[in-house]
Amino acid sequence: MQHIISILVENKFGVLSRVSGLFSGRGFNIENISVGTTLDPSVSQMTIITQGDDRIIEQIIKQLNKLIDVIKVVDLSEKDYIVRETALIKIHTSRSEDRSEALRITEIFRARVVDSTPTTYTIEITGDENKIEAIINLLRPLGIKEIVRTGKIAIAREEMKAAAIQEGKRIRA
Amino acid sequence: MMKITGAEILIESLKKEGVDIIFGIPGGVVLQIFDALYNEKEIRFILTRHEQGAAHAADGYARATGRPGVALVTSGPGATNTVTGIANAHMDSIPLVVITGQVATRMIGNDAFQEADIVGITRPCTKYNFLVKDVNDLAMTIKESFYIARTGRPGPVLIDIPKDVSEARTDFAYPEKVSLRSYNPTYYGNKWQIKQAAQAIARAKRPVIYAGGGVILSNASGELKELAEFNHIPVTLTLMGLGGFPGTHPLFLGMLGMHGTYAANMAIHHSDLVIAIGSRFDDRVTGKVTEFAPKAVFIHIDIDPTNIRKNIHVDIPIVGDVRNVLIELNKELKASQEERDQCIRERGPWHEQVKEWEEEHPLAYKKGGKGIKPQYVIEKIYELTGGNAIVATDVGQHQMWVAQYFKFDKPRTILSSGGLGTMGFGFPAAIGAQVACPDKLVFNVAGDGSFQMNVQELATAVINHLPVKVAVINNGYLGMVRQWQELFFNRRYSGSILDGTPDYVKLAEAYGAVGMRAKSPSEVEGVIKEAISVKRPVVMDFVVDPEENVFPMVPAGGANSEMVFGEVSKEEKGKAAGKKERKGSVLPA
Ligand SMILES: Cc1ncc(C[n+]2csc(CCOP(=O)(O)OP(=O)(O)O)c2C)c(N)n1
Ligand SMILES: [Mg+2]
Repeated sequence: MQHIISILVENKFGVLSRVSGLFSGRGFNIENISVGTTLDPSVSQMTIITQGDDRIIEQIIKQLNKLIDVIKVVDLSEKDYIVRETALIKIHTSRSEDRSEALRITEIFRARVVDSTPTTYTIEITGDENKIEAIINLLRPLGIKEIVRTGKIAIAREEMKAAAIQEGKRIRA
Repeated sequence: MMKITGAEILIESLKKEGVDIIFGIPGGVVLQIFDALYNEKEIRFILTRHEQGAAHAADGYARATGRPGVALVTSGPGATNTVTGIANAHMDSIPLVVITGQVATRMIGNDAFQEADIVGITRPCTKYNFLVKDVNDLAMTIKESFYIARTGRPGPVLIDIPKDVSEARTDFAYPEKVSLRSYNPTYYGNKWQIKQAAQAIARAKRPVIYAGGGVILSNASGELKELAEFNHIPVTLTLMGLGGFPGTHPLFLGMLGMHGTYAANMAIHHSDLVIAIGSRFDDRVTGKVTEFAPKAVFIHIDIDPTNIRKNIHVDIPIVGDVRNVLIELNKELKASQEERDQCIRERGPWHEQVKEWEEEHPLAYKKGGKGIKPQYVIEKIYELTGGNAIVATDVGQHQMWVAQYFKFDKPRTILSSGGLGTMGFGFPAAIGAQVACPDKLVFNVAGDGSFQMNVQELATAVINHLPVKVAVINNGYLGMVRQWQELFFNRRYSGSILDGTPDYVKLAEAYGAVGMRAKSPSEVEGVIKEAISVKRPVVMDFVVDPEENVFPMVPAGGANSEMVFGEVSKEEKGKAAGKKERKGSVLPA
């Protein structure tokens, strides 16, 4: 089963290598990894997507916790969470019908054109994996020149107090 | 405050950590540090002849004392030469602090002369490592290094110090405290789990304790003995655990696993409760893991949560320091004395069964013949030292014979490379132990192949007046490899014949040590006696039966319950079985 693991680490040099080395050294796989800063400049946030049965995931989490630089490990898959990824897609748009088609698709997906030249558009899209795959599939007939993706980031949904749930205040975008 | 150099800060900090010995070899980027060591009274520097020797000597020091061993080497080749020693300590959870010089910070990454990315190289084989980029961080880094090395599950820590950092000056104040927000080992076991464990122990009809190196590391042999004796539970130990429970105790079954005793493996196989203490279900211990104690409930006590459920399903996991957990567990068990007496009576048949296994296949070997049996040499060393010795081993057949035939009664008396299985470990480790314990008798039972891997340290032993006794079990082979080739590769001895072996007596003499040789069984005793009486380093060359094999044996991948035995006569078996010293009955009156 796929698991999304969120890790808080000391923001020190070599930490990424300790984490990725742990995965390669013990034969765990990394499907996706992303690293970023947090509110606290001394702490970084990693999101790792990995596969494995319960025993492997238990080992991964324990091994991560054992690393001296790891402050906290959370298996988001045990919770309700949100995953997002951003992609930048550069497409060929030499013909005018291609340009209008590209704009139409962009609009449907609530994506944006962030750069344009007489022969290309660069489209920025943020969403979950399905959304990104879907826009790529629709744009493909126009001719995709290049795609760059950020890798996934994830966050747990905040738990709501019972009263708030009754009032139905959760808005899911 | 007076500003002092990074090199001086290093030495002062080491003193604050109580370091009295450093093993190592100097070089270009550590000249400043070695200069600070010159005329140093509180720290003794021991010059080894190879950096691997320095790392293993520091390791031997740590195993013998429980205090972190320290090695100091130069950058590049000096640093890379320590890697085997570091990996060896890592596998066996031995606290080391290895200090490597590094090229100046502005040169790092430029392929400078003698530059190696030692922090990158050792990342997977240290508990943690540091590159110190600013002299102001040095004291804290040293504090943290010792803290990490010796706490939790111990292990090696490496500190890489660039040349300009050891030359730079700053104020020195050694930090009083250290706290790392991301490093908080669990020392005390969960109370509820301990209760569960106590209940399982009380209920068990066929319990076995399977203890490992964690008992030694947490100094828990007293508590282990109490647990075993109070509840009358037989004990088997891993190679790393030997000495953690008295080898002569009536409840001791011997080592388990690939070359363990029949009784230990059968007891585990048929047990209904395995109490794993500071052991990690290594494949050399479990054999085919699905066949390991198939009917048992498992209790597993370990300070490292990653050890739990790594290889085997555990019913009652307890994360914590072995000693602390055993203290609580013993308290819990003592609360219900009556229940316990009842249980113990019900365990009578179990103890009878274990005794039968012990008599069925005791450790034994075929005697007679002209040649010296290697097992006989070990038995004689045991007998003539009265067991009062520290014995370092190398890796191979001789190592297993030591584990089988030397009855270790006390912790920290066998120094053996368990996890990594490093040939060449024994001799430098014995040197480290002898430095740490000048009044103890220190032996290195060496393979002829292994001894040649760090034989250069004879110079270290001689110059520093370290009277280590090396017993070379000279079979003319990489014996353990040859044994496997004999048994599983149709006697095709590919690459395992040690032709061109030196004359060990002359070799010893060339270094200024004492050399002796025994070629027939009748000479063995005399040689050992003389070696013990000489107050100098000695190399004993025991020319043994070249094709003797280690038995019993579980073939790789096999189940522990299917052991292969050597040829032994009924009579020898009987004698061996009778020999098991029984200081009192196993069963309660
Ligand atoms: C550094 C290293 N290289 C290779 C091995 C593989 N190996 C394991 S046992 C052994 C033979 C050891 O020979 P020797 O030291 O003579 O001991 P014996 O088995 O003959 O007692 C070898 C080569 C090892 N354990 N360590
Ligand atoms: Mg040999």
